Amino acid sequence: MKPLLEIRHLSYSYHSAAGETYALADLSFQVEKGEFIAVVGPSGCGKSTLLSLISGLLIPEQGEILLSGAPVAVHKSAIGYMLQKDQLLEWRNIYQNVTLGLEIQHKMQPGNIQKINQMLLDYGLFAFRNAKPSQLSGGMRQRAALIRTLALDPDLLLLDEPFSALDYLTRISVCDDIYCILKKEKKTAVLVTHDLSEAISVADRILVLTSRPASIRRIIDIKLNIPERTPLASRNAPEFKNYFNQIWKELT
Amino acid sequence: MLPISKMQQTYLSQIRRHRYRIILIRLFLILAFLFLWELSAQLHWIDSFIFSSPSRVCTMLWKMCQDYSLFYHTGITLAETLVSFFLTILLGLGCSVLLWYQQSVSEVLEPYLVILNSLPKSALAPLLIVWLGANTKTIIVAGISVAIFGTILNLYTSFLEMDPEKIKLIYTLNGTRKDALFKVVIPGTIPLFISILKVNIGLCLVGVIIGEFIGSRMGLGYLIIYGSQTFQLTLVITSIVILCLISLCLYLLLAAAEKTYQKRTVR
Repeated sequence: MKPLLEIRHLSYSYHSAAGETYALADLSFQVEKGEFIAVVGPSGCGKSTLLSLISGLLIPEQGEILLSGAPVAVHKSAIGYMLQKDQLLEWRNIYQNVTLGLEIQHKMQPGNIQKINQMLLDYGLFAFRNAKPSQLSGGMRQRAALIRTLALDPDLLLLDEPFSALDYLTRISVCDDIYCILKKEKKTAVLVTHDLSEAISVADRILVLTSRPASIRRIIDIKLNIPERTPLASRNAPEFKNYFNQIWKELT
Repeated sequence: MLPISKMQQTYLSQIRRHRYRIILIRLFLILAFLFLWELSAQLHWIDSFIFSSPSRVCTMLWKMCQDYSLFYHTGITLAETLVSFFLTILLGLGCSVLLWYQQSVSEVLEPYLVILNSLPKSALAPLLIVWLGANTKTIIVAGISVAIFGTILNLYTSFLEMDPEKIKLIYTLNGTRKDALFKVVIPGTIPLFISILKVNIGLCLVGVIIGEFIGSRMGLGYLIIYGSQTFQLTLVITSIVILCLISLCLYLLLAAAEKTYQKRTVR
């Protein structure tokens, strides 16, 4: 079976009048359907650049990014991208915010609206659909941002440190929420994070990147011996600490 | 609702008292000014032929009400101001959207806009008269010319200051630059847009008066020039008083619009 996402010899650098910054150097990896991949690496190593490239916002200078065997430009709408902050638009209410993507792509058909309403119900936001984003807690805002992304039914979800703007307690519970939502919707996801515990608690595999220009230092399969895996439960798995130490050593 | 504590009550009444005091002092200032003006005119401390007096202004206002010239001239000036104001909004919005859409155009045009913006627009008025004739069209163009360049520059700058992450969001949802404009940039700059409008309405009034000074037989600007040339300074001062009232009303109108908008968005 073909992998959902295939990255081959990807290189990218930023250009400015002051000079050239190499961000990614010869990066190759694959993501299978249904997998949850976490990408960790030293800060500023080009993790976000990687996501921007996969999403098609940036064009690779060298190498290829294939989604289900075809270049990403063909399947742009099959990719959902969650940014660091929720970026809910303050002048729209929650309902108008979560339907933003559908509105832009002219997909406001009853079927899609129904799906949105169901997600708002499932994830506890239906009562707040007419509220303004400022009236919601950080966790609720993040869930709204996720529904906005899922509304377009992407095959692949890119998460760029989506919990980094939240305080620690909210962060853990939102991470749990979002993990369960993604598993329930059977989504494939690539999560970029600088939080090692977070990466281990959600990922099936972890990509450890080198410092800039980023290439792959190691890919670690995470196998936790617990019956029903959630991010919170994962943190209690006996192997958790070992993985943490292993990745820590790779990074330092 | 919770019962209000004593401290909170004192605090609230303090605020209220402070607000009343401000209003009272304001009223006192204007009344004292009018009283002194009238007194010094009555006692011949000042020449009321040159400086006029509140009572003369009131008589003039009453006379102008009776022959309807007050409503006629005020109406003309007001209409010209509003027309040039709306045209400024349309033109300004159109141009700044165009500049945002084609940023290379804005790079090219920026120095010219800056020069045109700082140019004293009254210098253009004589030219406009010759080119367009002594008519209402000229006056409206004069009104627009004062406000337009600042509007374009300010609006364009506020477009550029929009959070780039919000624009990125539109692209991640597979939107185009047009979506970014209509879903993020324009709705996001509405508060700033309204405050630009508040400045603009005054600028349009300035332009209209400049236009009326040199190219009109009607309107408050004409009355001021006519009054000064025929040495009817009471007429000049009366017109200025009316102008003050007009600009106050227009400003209050926009402030009310701003408040309505804020209420609607924040709730």
